[in-house]
Amino acid sequence: MSGSIQDTFFEECQELLEAMDEGLTVIEGGDHDPETVNAVFRAVHSIKGGAGAFGLDDLVAFAHKFETVFDEVRSNKLQLDVKLIQLLLRCSDHLADLVSVARDGGGVDQEHNDVLIAGLEEYLGEEEEELTFEPMGLGGPSVPLPLMDEAEKTYEIRFHPLKEMFGTGNEPFFLFQALSELGPLKVVLDETELPGFDAMEMDESYLAWNLTLTTSEPKSSVEAVFEFVEGLCELSIASDKDAEEEAAALAALNAAFGMTGDNAEPETPDPFDAPASAEVAPVATPEPTEKVEAAKPESNKPEQRGPKPTLRVDLERVDRLINAVGELIINHSMLAQQIANLDVADLRDVETELEGFKNLARDIQEGVMSIRAQPVKPLFQRMARIVREASAATDKSAKLVTEGENTEVDKTVIERLSDPLTHILRNAVDHGVEKPDDREAIGKNRVGSIRLSASHRSGSVCIEIKDDGAGVNRPRVKQIAIEKGLIPDNAELTDAEIDNLLFLPGFSTAKEVSNLSGRGVGMDVVKNAVTALGGRINISSTPGKGSTFTIILPLTLAVMDGMVVSVADQTMVVPITSIIETMRGSDDMINSLGADGTLLSIRGNFVPICDVAKALGLRKPNGDQPPGVYLLVETETGARSALAVDDIHDQRQVVIKSLDGVCGNIPGVAAATILGDGKIAMILDPESILAASPTSATFDTERRMSNAIAS
Amino acid sequence: MKTKVLAIDDSRTIRNLLAATLEEAGFEYHCAVDGREGVDMYDDVAPDVVITDINMPNLDGFGVIEELRGTGINSKVPILVLTTESAPEMKARARDAGATGWITKPFDDQSLIFALKRVTGAVA
Amino acid sequence: MQSQAEVKIGDQEVKHAQQSEFVSFTVAGQAFCLKITQIREIRRWSPVTILPHAPVDVLGVMNLRGAVIPIYDLSARFGLEQTEASERNVVIVVAVNNKPVGLLAESVSEIISINPEEIQDTPQVDSRHTMEYIQGIISHDETMVRIINLDAVISVPEQGLS
Repeated sequence: MSGSIQDTFFEECQELLEAMDEGLTVIEGGDHDPETVNAVFRAVHSIKGGAGAFGLDDLVAFAHKFETVFDEVRSNKLQLDVKLIQLLLRCSDHLADLVSVARDGGGVDQEHNDVLIAGLEEYLGEEEEELTFEPMGLGGPSVPLPLMDEAEKTYEIRFHPLKEMFGTGNEPFFLFQALSELGPLKVVLDETELPGFDAMEMDESYLAWNLTLTTSEPKSSVEAVFEFVEGLCELSIASDKDAEEEAAALAALNAAFGMTGDNAEPETPDPFDAPASAEVAPVATPEPTEKVEAAKPESNKPEQRGPKPTLRVDLERVDRLINAVGELIINHSMLAQQIANLDVADLRDVETELEGFKNLARDIQEGVMSIRAQPVKPLFQRMARIVREASAATDKSAKLVTEGENTEVDKTVIERLSDPLTHILRNAVDHGVEKPDDREAIGKNRVGSIRLSASHRSGSVCIEIKDDGAGVNRPRVKQIAIEKGLIPDNAELTDAEIDNLLFLPGFSTAKEVSNLSGRGVGMDVVKNAVTALGGRINISSTPGKGSTFTIILPLTLAVMDGMVVSVADQTMVVPITSIIETMRGSDDMINSLGADGTLLSIRGNFVPICDVAKALGLRKPNGDQPPGVYLLVETETGARSALAVDDIHDQRQVVIKSLDGVCGNIPGVAAATILGDGKIAMILDPESILAASPTSATFDTERRMSNAIAS
Repeated sequence: MKTKVLAIDDSRTIRNLLAATLEEAGFEYHCAVDGREGVDMYDDVAPDVVITDINMPNLDGFGVIEELRGTGINSKVPILVLTTESAPEMKARARDAGATGWITKPFDDQSLIFALKRVTGAVA
Repeated sequence: MQSQAEVKIGDQEVKHAQQSEFVSFTVAGQAFCLKITQIREIRRWSPVTILPHAPVDVLGVMNLRGAVIPIYDLSARFGLEQTEASERNVVIVVAVNNKPVGLLAESVSEIISINPEEIQDTPQVDSRHTMEYIQGIISHDETMVRIINLDAVISVPEQGLS
C-alpha cells in the first residue's frame, strides 16, 4: 500500500515543486500578490505534510523552516526584498534536491543545507519554537506514557459537558463508547443539576455523568479519549488506588501538557434530558438551494476553482492508441490504393466515403496526439534553476525570462529537450553573459537577461534562447576551428558559417574546460539531440548584443509530411519541412566543377548537387547519373544544396517508425515509415546526407581534396 | 451502513493515505480537492463525519467549518481538522469555528481511527 | 542466454527432462534448428527494404503487422555464401530481447523432438563463427543438425545503441 502512495507523493511533489517555482518566479518578477504567496506556502506545506507521513525527516525539517519563513511573509511580518527572494529561490532548489534524494537515494549536501537553514533562521524571531511534530497529549491507546504501570485500575470519571461542547459536534455517547473499549465501563447519569422545567434554558447544559472504568491502560489513554472536549467540559479522572499519588502524577502530567486539569470540582446539579445532545443528529438536512446561493457570490473567481479535472492515464495506453491510429491511416492509404487499382468505371461514391474515412482518421489522430502534448512550462521552470546555478558558479548575474510557457509539445520532445536546453543555457551564462562590472562598463544592466521562449510556427514548435551577452567571438571561434583542423587556414567563411562552427563535433571555445559548460560535451551534442528529435538548430549572433539559438521541432514525433521519392529503385521519403523547392533537371542546368563536383544552376545561382543514391551507398557501380529530379534544401548554415533523386511521386503524411532497436544509426536516414502498399520506406535526413556527401559538405574542403586525390 | 467520511485535502498524497486507511477500516470514503469543492459536495455525500485540511486553495479549512456550521448548511456532523501544527492556538481557532476535533499530521492508522471513533462511535 | 540456460538445466536434471520440439531448416545446404518456442512465425520471403550502408548479412527491413523488423541473412551471418533470396525461401521470425527479428533461411524442413541428453557439445572446429553461433549439435535421421545460439547470432550491437 505505502509503496504506491509513496509514488503518488513523489509525483505530487513534482507538481508542488513546479507550482512553488512558478510562484517564486512570479514573486521574483515583482508581483507579491497574496494569493501567489499563499500558493507557494501551500506547496511547501503540502510537501512537508506528505513527507511527514513517510518519515522523511530531512525533508520535513527543511520544509518546516522554509514554510515558517514563508508564513511570516504571508502574514506580512517579513518584507520580500531581493535578498530574501534569492534565499527563497535557493531554498526551493534545495527542497527539490531533498525530494530527489528522498526518492532516489543519495546524499544530502549537509553543508549547503545548514547554510540555507541558517539563512532562513536569520529571518525568524527568537521565539520560533522547535518543530512540534509529535502529536501532543494524545495518540490513542497504542502510545502509553511510560510513567504508568500496567496493573488494572479502576477510574472514577466525572464528566460534565459545558454548553459550548454541543456546538462542536462532540457526542458524550461516542466518548463513552470509546472509553468502553479500554475496559468495562459503568455509566451513571447525573441529572441533579437539571432545574425545574420552567427554569430550564434550551441551550444550557445541565447533565453530567459519573463513569466507572476498569482498565489496565494508563491514565493518559483515558485522558486521550477526552482530548477533543478538553476545555469544553468539567472533567475529573481519579483512580481508586493511591489516589493521592495518582493525583500528584496527574497534576504533573497536566502541568507538563499545560492542561486545565483535574481541579474540576464536581458540582451537583439537577436532572433532565439534554436537549442539545438530542439535536446533534448525524444526518443533516439543509436546504441545498439556499446553500448554493449563499456560497456562490463569495467565490469571486469561480473559473479558478481548482485545476481542471484531469485523468491520469498510463503512457503506454496512449502510445498503443497512437500506434493503432497510425496503422489506421496506413490502412486507409492501402485501401485507397487498392480501390484505385480496381477496374471499376465509377468510383466517385467510394472515393467520397474514403475521403470521409480519411478525415475521421485524421481527427482521431490529432485528438490522440494532443493527449501526449504537454505545456513546456515545467521544463522552462527547471531552466530558471539552471541559470541561477550557472550564474552562481561563474560569479555572474543573469536572469531567465520565459515566454510562451503554455505552448504544447509532445511529451517525449519535452523530455529530450531538457539536456540540450540545459547545455545552451549554461553556455549562454558561461560564454555569453559578461561579468556584471564589464556589463556596467559598456552601459548594460548588470544583470544579464536570457529569454527562453516557445511558440508554434506553421506546424512546428520554435524554441528560442536569446541572451544579451557579448555574442559569438568570431575571430576566436575561427582561430580555434583552424587550430583544431576543422577548417582550412584560408577558409573564407561568412559570419553565419563561423557561428555554426560551434556545432561541429570536437569544438569547444572554453580555453580551459570550465566545470560548468565544459563537462566534455560540446554544442555538437546539443545539435545531435535536436536532430534526433527531427528538429533543427540555428544560431545567430550580433557582437556585443548577444546570441540567439533557434530550435525548430516537429509538433509530434509520430507523423510528418513527407515527399515520396525514388532513389535507386527504392521508395524513400524526404521531410517536406526541409525542402524549399523541387524541380526537374535538364542537362543544361548541370555544370561540372572539378573532378567530382557538379553544380546545379537555378536562375543564375549555382548550388552543389548531392546524389542521394551515392550518398547512401546505393548506386550500382555502372549506374549512370540519372537525369533526375532535384530537391532544393537548405542546411542549418543557410547554405543550399540540391538533392538529386530519380523521381518524385507525391506528398503525403507518413507515420514515423523509429529504427531504434532495429538497426544502429544509419547516416542519412532519420527513421522509417510504412507506405500504402505495406512496404517500408526510409525517411531521409537531408542534413546528414549532405554531411556524408563530400561534394557539398560546407566545410569539408579537406575531405573533398583527399577524395579528389583518391579518385 | 458504513460510516461515510468526506475528506477535504488538496494533497493527493494525504487523500490517498486517508483513502487507504479508511477504506481498509470499512469506512465509505469520499474526497474533495479543496474547501470549495468539499462544501459543494457536502449535500450530495451527506457524510457522517468530515475531515478537512486547513491550508487549501479556494476556501481554507476554517472557511469549510464556518460554512458547514453556518446557517446555510447548518451541519451538525463531527468535523475533524487535519493539521501539522499541534499548537494550542490552532486547535482553539478550529474549535471556535466549530470543529469537533483534530488529527495531527503525520497521522498513523490508529490515531486516525481513534479520532473517528471518539466523534462518530464508528468501530473500525 | 535463456536458451543456453535451459539446455544446461536439461543436461543436469535428466529426470525432469522432457522432449523439446525444434524446427529444423536449411541454410546454404546445411541443417540448423531452433527451439520451437523461440520462433514466432515463419513467413514466405518477400522483397525487403534495403538499409543504406548495411553490412552484407543485413538484408533490410520488412513490415510485420506495422512493426519494422530487421531481416538477417543467416547464411551470410554464418560466414557462408550470401543467399540469393527468392520466393522459395522463408523468413523465420524470432524474438530477441522481446524484439522481433527475421532470419532468412533456404527452407524449413520439419519439426523434430529432441531429448536434452541427445544434445552434444559443438566439436572444436576452426571456424570462429561456428563456435559462436552453434550451441550444440544433434543427430537426426543420420544428418547432423546444428542448434543455433540465437543470442550470439543477434548480438547486442545490432540491437541499436539506444
